[in-house]
Amino acid sequence: MTTISKIRYSRRSMLKAGGAAVAAAALPAPMVWGQETKNITLRQFGTGVSNLNEVAMKVKEDLGFTLEMTALDSDSVTQRAATQPDSFDIADIEYWICKKVWPTGNLQAMDTSKIANYDKIVGTFRSGKLTPESVIAQGTAPHTVGFTSGQNGKDFVQEESGWMTLIPTIYNADTLGIRPDLIGRPINNWSELLNPEFKGKASILDISSIGIMDMAMVVESMGEYKYPDKGNMTKEEIDLTLGIFTEAKKAGQFRAFWKSFDESVNLMASGEVVIQSMWSPAITAVRSQGIPCVYQPLEEGYRSWGGGIGLSASLSGMELDAAYEYINWYLSGWVGGFLMRQGYYSAVPETSKNFMSEDEWGFWFEGKPAQGDIANPFGKVMEKAGAVRDGGSFYDRMGAVACWNAVMDENQYMVRKWNEFIAA
Amino acid sequence: MRKTSITGWLLASPLSLILLVFLAAPIAMIVVVSFWGATEWAIYPAFEFENYEFLLTSSVTSRVFLNTFKYAAITWACTLVIGFTVAYYLAFHIRTLTWQIVLFLLCTIPFLTSNIIRMISWIPFLGRNGLANSALISWGVIDEPVEWLLFSDFSVILAFVHLYTLFMVVPIFNTMMRIDKSLIEAAADAGASGWQTLWQVIVPLTKPGIMIGTIFVLALVMGDFITVRFMSGSQSANVGRMIQNDIALLQYPSASATAVILLVTVLLLIGTLLRFVDIRKEL
Repeated sequence: MTTISKIRYSRRSMLKAGGAAVAAAALPAPMVWGQETKNITLRQFGTGVSNLNEVAMKVKEDLGFTLEMTALDSDSVTQRAATQPDSFDIADIEYWICKKVWPTGNLQAMDTSKIANYDKIVGTFRSGKLTPESVIAQGTAPHTVGFTSGQNGKDFVQEESGWMTLIPTIYNADTLGIRPDLIGRPINNWSELLNPEFKGKASILDISSIGIMDMAMVVESMGEYKYPDKGNMTKEEIDLTLGIFTEAKKAGQFRAFWKSFDESVNLMASGEVVIQSMWSPAITAVRSQGIPCVYQPLEEGYRSWGGGIGLSASLSGMELDAAYEYINWYLSGWVGGFLMRQGYYSAVPETSKNFMSEDEWGFWFEGKPAQGDIANPFGKVMEKAGAVRDGGSFYDRMGAVACWNAVMDENQYMVRKWNEFIAA
Repeated sequence: MRKTSITGWLLASPLSLILLVFLAAPIAMIVVVSFWGATEWAIYPAFEFENYEFLLTSSVTSRVFLNTFKYAAITWACTLVIGFTVAYYLAFHIRTLTWQIVLFLLCTIPFLTSNIIRMISWIPFLGRNGLANSALISWGVIDEPVEWLLFSDFSVILAFVHLYTLFMVVPIFNTMMRIDKSLIEAAADAGASGWQTLWQVIVPLTKPGIMIGTIFVLALVMGDFITVRFMSGSQSANVGRMIQNDIALLQYPSASATAVILLVTVLLLIGTLLRFVDIRKEL
């Protein structure tokens, strides 16, 4: 465990720490310092995926300070990061949200020289290339909004400038979820979502910024159109994409649209829907009810997303040091292992390996058949021996990313068109 | 003289203050913001008509408003018929006050749980493999599951009727209880049939209650967003959902403009209804 190097006091910590702070100011001895750290509280908010109480408990145990977590949906997260900068210390947001929020100046850049494992962060988040041969996918690829020009920069720069906007924490590759028992034949392409065979049994998510990307994958797979950049469509491309889906909606292709994680689980588990856009843990949730559900790898590749933690611009002094300590701890492996055992990926996989059994590492990361039962961090058995992860290894899955969740230049137009699609 | 007028002002002031702070001020704020502009992540003060211009010229707005009216009208008709029947039975067929109270309380039991739960519990019931479909299949009524039971206008209206009928029962029952029983006896003495008594005596005297129930139901249905979202599987839109979408995307000015138009529409509607019935008689 590293300790915070300098002792500084912000007004807030002084008020909170009360007597202890006064004592510490009078006698700045290391002994008192431990007491001091205990009185720090960092307020983190973000989407449910990584805002887990277990993390907060482990932080208290390992680092001594308190982490307050608030989980919100991605719209509310954007809203809060953009409009209430004083309501948080640490923002756990997705990269496309960062593209929206960074220009407001509510977050501060992070000095990569203070990040111990910076060099071990996977290439996707630095140069954009997972392996030297990788092709950079379309959309808001994390590295394009991952760096800024300096401590107070409000812009994005395309090289590793030493100042990061977000420290990557969690990411995954998304695809369609299917019910193999109800479909009974192989599914290999995104275009199957609009196959009339599944009329009234398909679903797509009603979150415009993500839904439009799934739609683009489908349209391209149908051979209707090839986008120069799915992540940044022109008005005509938006009209075309939503036109195709509006037609399908009117023809009764969709059973429902979903907005929250549990809705997608219920639609799939109840058999209302047999093919739909889905998130990885939702697949696991369906399977854990004993219902077959596959996260189907498709020929056209995955739609990927990534999240990271950013620091509030108002964070300073001792809290800022604590935040850096938290980030370093985050990348040091425990959290990574915790997330990877749920099917996500950690930004520094090699440190996470130390916190996973060989079998877990083989199953989740290397795509090897499970030797024994694979349990999630909460002790629930997810897969039996012999099972192989849908899509295979980390490099197979993250190497086949076709696009990243994105926010477009024509976002407002897209949103209006999306509303028309829902109302159609 | 002077003293009483001061007392009068003082007595009236708490309510006026509460209304001013919690009703008038927020509405004024919404009206002001509806003229503001928005970028993707911020709103800025301005005085522009762009929000209204977009709303009033977009075909989506008219479609969504029509859909909202459709839900409101059908729900109103269903709740009125059911609500009137229930209230009539309670008021005129149950003889003792004790039983009237007991049965009335029985009506309110479902309302002890949250309305989200009452709404969502329809979903497994109406689903493709749900109770309704499996029952119909086992009775041999249908061969294949009926799809329109769930995630359709049918399920939306069913949920609305289920959620809001009580708001019709209560005011109608209340007015019916105040009807002087001797009027009904007089009608019978004058040779009126049961239907004539109902139509020419009870219904006219119940109008204020019907009107209050109508206002409740219309206001609730027109302002709803969550029922439509869950029961239509997000496939249908009403005005509430339009506002919700705007808010989610940080488009507060546009959401405010929609809210103002909705408010004006509902006020016009209720204003028109009040022309027909004097609910003050009730109060």
